[in-house]
Amino acid sequence: MTEAVVLVPLFPALGVLLNLIFSRRMSEAAVGIMACAAVGASFLSAVVAVFGLSNMEAGHRAVETILYQWIGSGKFSVDVGFLLDPLSSVMILVVTGVAFLIHVYSIGYMHGDPGVRRFFLYMNLFVFAMLLLVLGNSYLILFVGWEGVGLCSYLLIGFWYVKDSAANAGQKAFVVNRIGDFGFLLGMLLIVFNFGTLSFTKVFAEAPHVFNSGDFMITLITLLMFLGATGKSAQLPLYIWLPDAMEGPTPVSALIHAATMVTAGVYMICRSHVLYDLAPASLVVVATVGCLTAFLAGTIALVQNDIKRVLAYSTVSQLGYMMLAAGVGAYTAAIFHLMTHAFFKALLFLGAGSVIHALHEEQDIRNMGGLRKIMPVTYTTFLVASLAIAGIPPLAGFMSKDEILYSTFNAGMGGWNFILWFLGIFTAFMTAFYMFRLVFKTFHGECRLDPERKKHAHESPPVVTIPLSALAFLSAVGGFLGIPIFLKYNVMHNWIGPVFAKVAHHGEEAAHAAHSLFAELSLMGISVVVATAGILLALVIILFRPGIAEGIRQNYSSLYNLFLNKWWVDEMYNAVVIRPLWALSGFFWTEFDGKGIDGTLHGIANGAQGSGGWLSRFQTGFIQNYALTMAIGVAVIMILALF
Amino acid sequence: MNELNFPLLSLVTYLPAVGALLMVLFVSGRNHHAVRYTALGIAVADFLLSLLILPYYQVSQSGFQLLEKSAWIKGMGIQYQMGVDGISLLLVLLTTFLGALAILSSFSAITERVKEYMACLLILQTGMIGVFFALDIVLFYVFWEVMLIPMALLIGVWGGKRRIYAAVKFFLYTLVGSLFMLIGFLVVFFAHGGATGVYTFDLIRLMKAALPYDIQVWGFWALFLGFAIKVPLFPFHTWLPDAHVEAPTAGSVILAGVLLKMGTYGFVRFSLGLFPQAALKAIPAILTLAVIGIIYGALVAWVQPDVKKLVAYSSVSHLGFVVLGLFTVTVQGIQGGVLQMINHGLSTGALFLLVGVLYERRHTRMLDQFGGLAAKMPVFAGILGIVTFSSIGLPGLNGFIGEFLILLGAFQAKQFVFGALAATGVVLGAVYMLHMYKKVMFGKITREENQNITDMNQREILVLAPILVLIFWIGLYPMPFLRVMEPAVNDIVARLEVHEPGRMGSSPHAAIINSPLSEDGRIADLQWETDDPTSAIKE
Repeated sequence: MTEAVVLVPLFPALGVLLNLIFSRRMSEAAVGIMACAAVGASFLSAVVAVFGLSNMEAGHRAVETILYQWIGSGKFSVDVGFLLDPLSSVMILVVTGVAFLIHVYSIGYMHGDPGVRRFFLYMNLFVFAMLLLVLGNSYLILFVGWEGVGLCSYLLIGFWYVKDSAANAGQKAFVVNRIGDFGFLLGMLLIVFNFGTLSFTKVFAEAPHVFNSGDFMITLITLLMFLGATGKSAQLPLYIWLPDAMEGPTPVSALIHAATMVTAGVYMICRSHVLYDLAPASLVVVATVGCLTAFLAGTIALVQNDIKRVLAYSTVSQLGYMMLAAGVGAYTAAIFHLMTHAFFKALLFLGAGSVIHALHEEQDIRNMGGLRKIMPVTYTTFLVASLAIAGIPPLAGFMSKDEILYSTFNAGMGGWNFILWFLGIFTAFMTAFYMFRLVFKTFHGECRLDPERKKHAHESPPVVTIPLSALAFLSAVGGFLGIPIFLKYNVMHNWIGPVFAKVAHHGEEAAHAAHSLFAELSLMGISVVVATAGILLALVIILFRPGIAEGIRQNYSSLYNLFLNKWWVDEMYNAVVIRPLWALSGFFWTEFDGKGIDGTLHGIANGAQGSGGWLSRFQTGFIQNYALTMAIGVAVIMILALF
Repeated sequence: MNELNFPLLSLVTYLPAVGALLMVLFVSGRNHHAVRYTALGIAVADFLLSLLILPYYQVSQSGFQLLEKSAWIKGMGIQYQMGVDGISLLLVLLTTFLGALAILSSFSAITERVKEYMACLLILQTGMIGVFFALDIVLFYVFWEVMLIPMALLIGVWGGKRRIYAAVKFFLYTLVGSLFMLIGFLVVFFAHGGATGVYTFDLIRLMKAALPYDIQVWGFWALFLGFAIKVPLFPFHTWLPDAHVEAPTAGSVILAGVLLKMGTYGFVRFSLGLFPQAALKAIPAILTLAVIGIIYGALVAWVQPDVKKLVAYSSVSHLGFVVLGLFTVTVQGIQGGVLQMINHGLSTGALFLLVGVLYERRHTRMLDQFGGLAAKMPVFAGILGIVTFSSIGLPGLNGFIGEFLILLGAFQAKQFVFGALAATGVVLGAVYMLHMYKKVMFGKITREENQNITDMNQREILVLAPILVLIFWIGLYPMPFLRVMEPAVNDIVARLEVHEPGRMGSSPHAAIINSPLSEDGRIADLQWETDDPTSAIKE
């Protein structure tokens, strides 16, 4: 049954091909249904394959399928092949499952758009690339998927390419990601240098024998790969592309820029845990960068007014949590949060899309309010997702985020972990606040819509609300796959734990070893209190005493502006990197090439030809000149040959 | 004669020139239609004929095959000698392939002196193929010079406004290069003759001889200039943007697609083949120029207002990658380098064809004259998109395989700094290509002239389609291409390895990966070569 894994990426690829060939002659609805069918079939194949995997003995659940040799040069060889194990199985289920729901939603959301055929082409291509990424049996196949999803992200962010802002955002996303890819590429090259292969199974089997813990080389490799992860998963210092990526259609934001692609960096690090476990210093970097990203993005989300931007910064922040989890060695928790986040963040974006659609492309929450009566299903599902991300038990986000914070608290980083934990818990507070600021401003209070928009505002059709409800269900109960405390019933740990268990690592090991029920319950209590406090604060400031917010804004205007302007990071990059580089390139062109090299050559030519008009001397009869030169050459040969 | 008893290689070489001659004699120059289809027929026939080499070529066998040899000028050791190995085979196929497409692409672009134009393209093709097949230095040199005239004429007669300047600049640059090259060849000839008493220009024979080290150094750097100008390697590149901007589309396609590869081919065949020790010593200097070229070419490409200049500078960057790969002197690096020659021919050839499509419609190539074309030209947008990402090196398309193997080679050779600097080209490539794509395709249509611009017609799609097929083929399944060149590349690496054993040895796995000396014990054949640079030449 595990053979079905080959079908998982095959169906979306088939969808792409059929779209390319037939879509022009198909109706809009048929194109959408075909795309959904491709992803749906992929999901069913994934279920079959994973079921087959679950029938295997725990601890031996890994099936490698080789399709053909892709590159072979000297003794270096890379196959196109898939690795199905518990880790990739979770990923393919999440990817195909969420992608299917979002495809269905897109039929409604993209209805009437002239580019709908192109839209579904790119979406299917994205699913294919994403599946390649998570199923690849080597770093290079992972990289193919990695670049493939980057391409689709570029194409879909710039989907409405007539808008300059969309075209620019797509380009920015691709280029910034390429900076990360630069690191990833160097990491891979060093892996080949040290291991002679890029195959996961071979590299991970060799690694503990080739390196001692903390060796410079393994630290360098893991840090370079992490640079790749900061690009794809929008971490400091490369997170700047993700907020701009919201220029794409909202289903794209939900699928690519929330649920799946942006988690690729987290997946890659978890996949490479054997290497990271050998590089404790790199893990500290991962945890710290993740935690700082979570915090920084949280502060920015507090004050944004565009519904999608709030969610975008929230995504950056939640990805930071996942990185934090990976950094403290709690890989299972990272993947668990990746999964629950896929549910509730996809839901939040789709809900936002439902609102934006109903309001005819209005995205500013200052112009919304009171929508809960007009859009009850959208409101209810959005509320479930918000409670989940805020960390209210027993919803999915609580379970996974709590595990991350607990593991961070217990990670043996000599005190540093407590600082990370504190930042993490503070970010949890901010998360609850900004999410409910969003909920209250959008759905509660008085309606601030302009009358024209209000007249047309409506609940979305079932093709939109059914996927919302399905995701709401998952956001509510998905967390039970990873119940804390009762480890025996913790499906997540039992399923993917063995993947990470081969080499001992500090966070998770320690957490389970010193499993103090009291400590765990107290930390859990703090999380709940903090989340509730955040929600209550939002309630007071947004709904009951709006004056307070105004007061804060004025008294702390510099801080407010810092957050509102995203810490001026984009402006800094512009001033420090882009503009100087542009100027330097211009200098190279006009001064170095133009005046330097060509100037010198013209000077020589002028000197040789006497003053002025050196070109005219050559215009006539240069072939004769040339023939003469050649004749001289031949003569030289002949004369010298006589000796 | 050869194992075929049939001069197949010569036939492939001379068919275009002979065809051109017959066309000039028997087809009326006023009948453009007849001229175009005759020229296309000749080029297609030549392509098919070159494919005929494949069934007779033994992929797993090393050394030159289908040899044709006869005395030419006996007194001076000059012979007519042609042969093919995996590297030249691929490059010849690229030449005949692009040659036919270049002619097809000129059907509507060229309306003046059509017959002369087609004759130039065909004669040029004979010169290029001859360069790849020639195994005698004088013969090589003759073909090398034969190429120069039709190319200069293509630029100077059918070019743009500054065509005379560009043609002369191209001509002088290359002429200076070839003069140095000639000196280098003479050095080899006399050094070899003086030491052994055998005065010969036979390349196969000379490659087996170990020249004294100081002679190698002189020969190496003399040839280096000739090849570096042709590549062009930084800082010898300033003829290229001018030549490209002024050349007609087909001229640019051939110039970028094939002519630039003469330089890199020269590096593989002559620089590495004749002067192994000097080449090994020169590695740091050449890698420095290559890496500067990668970064410098990319940065300058970024700020170009003219699409064609942008693509021209991108060639400087890509050819830097090729040279980097060749001079890592590893199996991966050289295979990547040779593959990247093919890839660059396909992607950049396609880019020039696409720029030509725009130029025929708008008679401008300035970026600010376009914008928003994606809405009007969906097919063009799709094809340009694929070619753009091929040039950027997206995995799954051809460019990635070459770039990755080159960087892999650099790391295997422990050229970490050069490898890492070159890898910044991965970022910069995306910067300038996507910049170009956005400026041309995205945004609103701001120019009235673009409102009624038409999408590609069937002939234009027909020209691009075969290139797209190859872009995907090499990207998804490059093994046939890698296998064809493998024995030749192994030979080159083995010959150099002899001079510096253990060069690759310190990486725990590099030695295994790089050892080209697979089970067949080819190293035994090379034992007679000397490690001592000062020892006398032996034959």
